[in-house]
Amino acid sequence: MFLTISTRGTAATPATDLGFLLHKNPGNAQTFSTSHGTAHVFYPEAEVGRCTAALLLEVDPIALIRRGKGKGRGGAPDAALGQYVNDRPYAASSLLAVALSTVFSTALRGVCKARPERAAASLPLRIEVPAVAAKGGPDLVRALFAPLGWDVTAEPVALDPQFPGWGDSRYVRLVLESERLTLAEALRHLYVLLPVLDDAKHYWVSPDEVDKLLRAGEGWLPGHPEHRLITNRYLSRRWSLTRQAIERLELVRLAETDDSEVEDIDNAVEAETEAEPRPTPLAVQRREAILAGLRETGAARVLDLGCGEGHLVRELLRDARFTEITAVDVSARALAIAARRLKLDRMGERQASRVRLLQGSLTYTDKRLTGYDAAVLSEVIEHLDLPRLPALEYAVFGAARPRRVLVTTPNVEYNVRWETLPAGHVRHGDHRFEWTRAEFAVWAAAVAERYGYTVEFRPVGPDDPEVGPPTQMAVFHRDTTEQDKKEAKAA
Amino acid sequence: MSGTPTGRSLPVTDLSLVVLVGATGSGKSTFARKHFAPTEVISSDFCRGLVADDENDQSATGDAFDVLHYIAGKRLAAGRRTVVDATSVQPDARRQLIELAKKYDVLPIAIVLDVPEEVCAERNAARPDRAGMPRRVIQRHTRELRRSLKHLEREGFRKVHVLRGVAEVEGATIVTEKRYNDLTHLTGPFDIIGDIHGCSAELESLLAKLGYHDGVHAEGRTAVFVGDLVDRGPDSPAVLRRVMGMVAAGTALCVPGNHENKFGRYLKGRTVQYTHGLAETVAQMEGESEEFKDEVRRFVDGLVSHYVLDGGRLVVCHAGLPEKYHGRTSGRVRSHALYGETTGETDEFGLPVRYPWAEDYRGRAAVVYGHTPVPEATWLNNTICLDTGAVFGGKLTALRWPEREIVDVPAERTWYEPVRPLRVDAPGGQDGRPLDLADVTGRGGVETRYLGRVAVREENAAAALEVMSRFAVDPRLLPYLPPTMAPTPTSREEGYLEHPAEAFAQYARDGVGRVVCEEKHMGSRAVALVCRDAATTAKRFGVGEGPTGALYTRTGRPFFDDGAVTEEILERLRAAVTEADLWERLDTDWLLLDAELMPWSLKSQGLLRRQYAAVGAASGAVFPPALAALEAAGARGADVSALLARQRERAADAAAFTDAYRRYCWTTDGLEGVRLAPFQVLAVRGRSLAALPHDEQLALLDRLVEHDTSGLLQTTRRLYVDTGDPESVRSGIDWWLEMTGRGGEGMVVKPLGALVRDGQGRPVQPGIKCRGREYLRIIYGPEYTRPDNLARLRGRFLNHKRSLALREYALGLEALDRLADGEPLWRVHEAVFGVLALESEPVDPRL
Repeated sequence: MFLTISTRGTAATPATDLGFLLHKNPGNAQTFSTSHGTAHVFYPEAEVGRCTAALLLEVDPIALIRRGKGKGRGGAPDAALGQYVNDRPYAASSLLAVALSTVFSTALRGVCKARPERAAASLPLRIEVPAVAAKGGPDLVRALFAPLGWDVTAEPVALDPQFPGWGDSRYVRLVLESERLTLAEALRHLYVLLPVLDDAKHYWVSPDEVDKLLRAGEGWLPGHPEHRLITNRYLSRRWSLTRQAIERLELVRLAETDDSEVEDIDNAVEAETEAEPRPTPLAVQRREAILAGLRETGAARVLDLGCGEGHLVRELLRDARFTEITAVDVSARALAIAARRLKLDRMGERQASRVRLLQGSLTYTDKRLTGYDAAVLSEVIEHLDLPRLPALEYAVFGAARPRRVLVTTPNVEYNVRWETLPAGHVRHGDHRFEWTRAEFAVWAAAVAERYGYTVEFRPVGPDDPEVGPPTQMAVFHRDTTEQDKKEAKAA
Repeated sequence: MSGTPTGRSLPVTDLSLVVLVGATGSGKSTFARKHFAPTEVISSDFCRGLVADDENDQSATGDAFDVLHYIAGKRLAAGRRTVVDATSVQPDARRQLIELAKKYDVLPIAIVLDVPEEVCAERNAARPDRAGMPRRVIQRHTRELRRSLKHLEREGFRKVHVLRGVAEVEGATIVTEKRYNDLTHLTGPFDIIGDIHGCSAELESLLAKLGYHDGVHAEGRTAVFVGDLVDRGPDSPAVLRRVMGMVAAGTALCVPGNHENKFGRYLKGRTVQYTHGLAETVAQMEGESEEFKDEVRRFVDGLVSHYVLDGGRLVVCHAGLPEKYHGRTSGRVRSHALYGETTGETDEFGLPVRYPWAEDYRGRAAVVYGHTPVPEATWLNNTICLDTGAVFGGKLTALRWPEREIVDVPAERTWYEPVRPLRVDAPGGQDGRPLDLADVTGRGGVETRYLGRVAVREENAAAALEVMSRFAVDPRLLPYLPPTMAPTPTSREEGYLEHPAEAFAQYARDGVGRVVCEEKHMGSRAVALVCRDAATTAKRFGVGEGPTGALYTRTGRPFFDDGAVTEEILERLRAAVTEADLWERLDTDWLLLDAELMPWSLKSQGLLRRQYAAVGAASGAVFPPALAALEAAGARGADVSALLARQRERAADAAAFTDAYRRYCWTTDGLEGVRLAPFQVLAVRGRSLAALPHDEQLALLDRLVEHDTSGLLQTTRRLYVDTGDPESVRSGIDWWLEMTGRGGEGMVVKPLGALVRDGQGRPVQPGIKCRGREYLRIIYGPEYTRPDNLARLRGRFLNHKRSLALREYALGLEALDRLADGEPLWRVHEAVFGVLALESEPVDPRL
């Protein structure tokens, strides 16, 4: 990790005053021990006209990984996240920010007894960081620094020049230039914005992080057009990351087995944010259509198959006619989030006794799911590979056999109406297929025929005369007595 | 109840609930101690102590009996005889125990200790904790006991032994009796014969075809009849005569069918309806002698509902039997064995709707039965129905055991019109029975032949469920997952973390002389299931509509999102198999191959870009300006020489790292540039090849690669090493040095004999990997070779990884064996799922 800070000067205001401002003598190379490695400060040039201070941080990647880790079994959560192959020794990140604040702490506060007037005044500055980890790329780098009075040069670094097809890395070569800022301001910008750009797993957690942000952001953060993103990235990710890390260790290992990343397989729920996401109008309409479909038959014992984070469960709980709500999902993390969102552990016993969250899989039959009045499969089937769909059909319609089954799935014809969706793209990265109304109808009719249900279709959302509604819903129904016999015979 | 007063021997069934009945102080505990194993006996006093810290606290009696019934229930469910040591002098206390026995379908047996009141009082007085017990308690017990005596059998006890007086109690001995249905000591071989229904001619043809002459098999095989010998068909008396003769001669066993049961009631003069073909039997019996009728009546009366045979591996009954009823003895079990379970409904033909019990069956024992006519006898979850409707014009079917071979003869004609058409009983139709969640979760582990029970923890099963459900290929096409492999013990050699010397030394210590070193390919693990054609996939693996196999990763995910690409690779493989004549040579129409698919970048591009290339990019960007700045500072006279030297080394390490990962990347266009290196044939039809020595394996695979004209297949270079010969070991090391020096990934050392145990009979590692020095930069980071880093990394712990590798290997072998034995899908899947679950165990991922 490396950065340089340069300034220009004249005989009256020599550039070498940078040494006073930083409290580091341009004549020497100095070494400082920081919490994550050794920081070196040296001056590649120190003339009246131009002076450059360099900060080089040597981290020990092996110590970084081993910190706080159990032996052999990799007990602690960071064992799985931490890799020996790690960009931390090279790319500017929170580690460099911490080193910066340690090595230049006085300068960061704007204190300089030797040259107080120069510390208070703006000076021509040029800061170079050859590799900044920047999630959001050069555009975000510019959006963060430009409003603060910097001329920003942000060039993406290619992933591998031998494989041009791979495109750019998430690193940016950053040059900041300004005549309008004090050194202290410049350092504070870096201190806050380097970790924000990195937006990665933090290696430092301290309870007074909010105070630090307020102090370092004083005078510039409140008015920054991106202050929301800055604060969120700086503060909010830490706890949820730690929690996620613990919750999905097993999955992390399975991903590693396959040389892939945990995000590839643990994608059942969106990245967790502390704030409740505002439901999209379509999601609300979908839930209303489902609730209506359940209420009209007087269903009391209801299955929510593929319940995700429990949005529908929450609605079902609000209606006392649903006396038994069993919510099933295959994702342990989705269930953990659902339990947290529904506040199951703090719910009254009577209320809590109405709801049950189960880990289960719809590609396996499951005795716990038999005997229900109704089942909901909302936005579920499209997450299965088509060849696996018959297993779900049997598990739900053949084995669990609720009286009524509501299935919703996107209507792919409507996709042309989503302005943000590129042509030919599915609505969610994990959708294995999206069907037209005709395809859905053929599938539903075949399932109904095979398992002794009748089926009708309902639009959900605005029913476009040309392409139909955004969501399509099939309502399956079976008469209990006659159909049971027929089915038992066929089985 | 015979015997002399001093030496009574009391028969007690091996699986039963034995209730000791006697007043306090009558000597029940002493009696129990003398005659039964300590763990067989549960005493109410002990349970009182468990819940109340005081064996005599009468206020804890309710809770104590809850505990007693709970423990007894667990024991009986597990098939263990249980002795209840409580007074049990009150009818209500006994009623609860009889209900318990019924619930678990075991015989309730009462042993009464009728000892004079004075003796009881004397004994209690001698015990400090009971000395204060009022005399009236003993009096009440004795009174209640006397009142109970004559009701015991009516209460439901199937055996009642009353021991009167101290002498008789002390002189008694217990004789353990086997249950009638327990013929586990008979190992056959057997020929199990389906429903005959009076089809005498077909029976004779079948017996002849099976090798019986006049009821006797030359090789001493035993016939087993699943019942329904009579009714509907042309000559029930002849069938009875043949079967009864064979049973009497000891060349056959027979269980009763529902038709024998009804016929037996007719013979005893009960009122029965002459329906479902009984009228025919009655008419045919008219000409028979009273003597024969008597004989038939006795025969039918003596039939045992079901048999457990061949060490518990085989259960024969008429209508199928869930595992919990195997070897049990109750009215419910008999009724189940004869009639099966019904849903309580009737179908449009007025016949009872049968509960599909076989669909739920998970037992280890094969259940062979009849009762429900089906067009073909097919295995379903280790059960098979042999009623192929001989009397309805179908065929008469036998199953050879343990060969599991079907032998049948066609019906000479339709002797009786069926009420409803024959149909397949397999649920889910052609797709076979779907998997149930209970197949893979909540089981706690998997029994393996190689390593005994392998535990699977719940959190690991949960993770596996997620991946299996959302990402894996169809489980029917996923009969195996490859195990993880342990690295070589850590090397002390300067500059090396792994070095083959340790691997050879390890095998030498394990007593393995001959090993093969196989080149470690620079790609991703892939398992290929190659079927001869789509029809084979449909027939053997039950997956219709297209695929001719599967190609999947270490976690069961399809290698290619596009099924057409998979098919193209399978097509090339298939062509090579055909050209190499391996279908015939291996007598199979499918192959399961363990292989490496290259390049690595093909599958793991995401990881390569986000992690490996990223590190290369960041280091590539940061070092040039940093080195330039240091050089400038040095030129100005600052003392940065040590720092500069160190940074130059770091830059060189980072460049070496970049070189290392680049070797795993090359661009592919469609299948152009894609290579597959098979290194083991795991299984073919009916056989697991996991135990085939590696030189034979490689010979097969060389043949395969030679006959590949598409350029897809790549050979695996190898070297054979004798771990006891220093020169040979040296050549192995040189080979590795040379290979890894050119950028190779390393090698895997395997015992030549594949499946090998050490001197103490413990399985040895099936393979040990030795990774190249440069390759390990990708694993341990660019700077791992620096001496201080190496020193720290050498403190790695291998034991868990080694244990994990063995356990996963055992599960993989088990899956292959189960596949070879034609076991049901859930049994194969259980083991495969176990491998995936174990892969999520916490172990250092760099090992």
